[in-house]
Amino acid sequence: MPIPSAARKTAFALTAAASSLALLTACTGQSSSGASDDASANTTINFWHAWSAPNEVKAVNALIAGFEKAHPNIHVNVVSNMTDDKINQALRSGGDKAPDVISSFTTNNVGKFCSSGALVDLNPFFKKSGIDPETTFPKAMNEYTQYDGNRCTAPLLGDAYGLYYNKTAFKKAGITSPPKTWTEFQADAKKLTINQGDSYKQLGFMPDYHGWETTTEHYAAQFSPTYFTADGKSNVAKDPAFTEAFTLQKDLVDELGGFQKLEKYRATLGDEWGDKHPFQTGQVAMQLDGEWRLGMAVDAKTKFDIGVAPLPVPDDQVAQYGKGYITGTIAGIAANSKKQNAAWEFVKYITTDTDAVVNFSNAIHNVPSTLAALKSPKLTYDPRFKTFLDIAANPNSTTSPASINGGVYLATIQNFGYDYESGKVKDLKSGLAATAKQIDTDIAQAK
Amino acid sequence: MSTITLASKRRRSALRTIAFMSPWLIGFAVFFAYPLISTVYFSFMHYDGFKPPTWSGTKNWTYVFEHYPYFWPALRNTLWLVVVMVSLRVVFGLGVGMLITKIKTGTGVFRTLFYLPYLAPPVAATMAFAFLLNPGTGPVNSILEKVGIPAPGWFNDPAWSKPALTLLALWGVGDLMVIFMAALLDVPTEQYEAAELDGASAWQRFRFVTLPNISPIVMFAVVTGVIQTMQYYTQPLIAGKVASGVIQGAGTQFEPGYPEKSTLTLPQLVYNLGFQRFDYGSACVVALVLFVLSMAFTAILMRRRGGLIQAGD
Repeated sequence: MPIPSAARKTAFALTAAASSLALLTACTGQSSSGASDDASANTTINFWHAWSAPNEVKAVNALIAGFEKAHPNIHVNVVSNMTDDKINQALRSGGDKAPDVISSFTTNNVGKFCSSGALVDLNPFFKKSGIDPETTFPKAMNEYTQYDGNRCTAPLLGDAYGLYYNKTAFKKAGITSPPKTWTEFQADAKKLTINQGDSYKQLGFMPDYHGWETTTEHYAAQFSPTYFTADGKSNVAKDPAFTEAFTLQKDLVDELGGFQKLEKYRATLGDEWGDKHPFQTGQVAMQLDGEWRLGMAVDAKTKFDIGVAPLPVPDDQVAQYGKGYITGTIAGIAANSKKQNAAWEFVKYITTDTDAVVNFSNAIHNVPSTLAALKSPKLTYDPRFKTFLDIAANPNSTTSPASINGGVYLATIQNFGYDYESGKVKDLKSGLAATAKQIDTDIAQAK
Repeated sequence: MSTITLASKRRRSALRTIAFMSPWLIGFAVFFAYPLISTVYFSFMHYDGFKPPTWSGTKNWTYVFEHYPYFWPALRNTLWLVVVMVSLRVVFGLGVGMLITKIKTGTGVFRTLFYLPYLAPPVAATMAFAFLLNPGTGPVNSILEKVGIPAPGWFNDPAWSKPALTLLALWGVGDLMVIFMAALLDVPTEQYEAAELDGASAWQRFRFVTLPNISPIVMFAVVTGVIQTMQYYTQPLIAGKVASGVIQGAGTQFEPGYPEKSTLTLPQLVYNLGFQRFDYGSACVVALVLFVLSMAFTAILMRRRGGLIQAGD
């Protein structure tokens, strides 16, 4: 039964069309344009943001209501629940329905937003308004909102990372205070670990890089790393901060039972965002996490007292105890927008107006993103939340800098971390050198 | 004069033919030729989606083949899935189809039971499988441990993640079952009767009667299976994410192919390069690799099918 020629050709055509069409739609686009507009004229701007939970959307709407009250001529058309992928598409295409102002949950794309010109440089706007970003925003937030001198975004609330600990478990283990150094932390983690067969009744700390927030950059932040040299090359192989951070994590993995045992235990744990989070259930006694965990743990009605402290520091950096990793939400103005001056009034209000920032922070329990708001008496919070306010305001707190290819360098470091913690790669020095080389190659490709 | 008339008639005939073909020609040009030519063009350009594209020669090709750490693992995984998963799906779909055409009672119930999983949304089905196959808390491993069988790590073990994805694909084999059932019921019964009179065994009846009759459908199942597997994206991505426990959000990084790149497939790279790294040129290179592989597999299958029919004749 020979195959008819028409059937064969049809099969080829179908194969070709199906395998190419779905994959090739990305390959179109255009560049940006500028505009000058009268911010005192009656106008409507489009604002796209990522918040989606009902309480968050309500808070955003209240923020906008405050702005419209202060600027009755500027109306804000809001679109919520927007991911970076959708925002990118809209920034490329432009048009009347495209956003004039965008807000993103991640700082990963700041480098691309700035270097590509998708978002406008806000420096001239800050200057025109007489606002100095250096004295307005915390140091780390200043850093992650710009790339190569181009400040194309402004911080809109932030996240600070600290240590949560089970006070009841601490008391049982005879530990009187949270650890301040990694040496103390290692000892406490071992003391708090209670084995049960080939698993754990209670694990002192889940060190694996897949343990949600125990990522390479969150560990490394406590060692104050410098990710790139002045000429933009990766510094991971040269800065001893990375060697120390990787060594610390590997030591924790080995001391707490080894990678296989920990991974097997990790697979039994609840998810990060549910009530069965292992810190909340008491399965893990210490947790590296962001400020949002406090509210979630309180809501989960844990059966123990929750303690909050800054993450430990290396033994030779005790003077810097109190620092942490900082990241957060960002806001920017689309280069395609024809209403950039009106858009700036909005961005200025939501990112620098102290009362607006404070009220927004109170509503969604994120860390305020201006130095004035961090000190505002109008802030309402659980006393333990103060730890995160202090971490955010700490000048020694660090972040991961913006890069031209987004968070690729962080993913590369994290991937090396997976190989190192599992024992797949044993030579840390050569592994870090290969990681640095890969980061440099990826950045060269992006330029 | 007659020559002019003939030429004019031919021209009119050609124009009429083109006019009748125009819907297809327009569709072909817009949905196939243009994207394909664009992809080839952009694969030689540096293009981030914002600035105008600039010529970069073979830089993207060199990067993908020599420096992009995910390409070769993804290619190996995709080929593994094409060979193993597609084969098993076709065999299993045919087996289930034959079983249901043979049974006398409860056909409707079994047909529904086998078809329903195919209707499950891929994300929900994958999440359900990740829950069932959870090495620590999943019911599958609990049962295996109770009967003394060593429990695999499934989606958490690089050696077992692709077999786990294959299990998921076999569970949703309802689409193939239905078309195989239709093909099996179309095989003339007199051919089976003649074969039985000639003393053919069950295997011989299958090999020399059933298979040649349903071979166009087998070929259809294999070709569409290869194409679908080349575009296999949702299930491995979700399985990897759920098993890793890391939900991508602010401050977290995309980790393709957990565990240890074992669930990485080529379409995931197109997304990673194009929409997360803004490197559309390299994304187009991977898209072209997919295109060439799909064409190559189809060509090989078409040739092999000729041999299959001859052997069956």
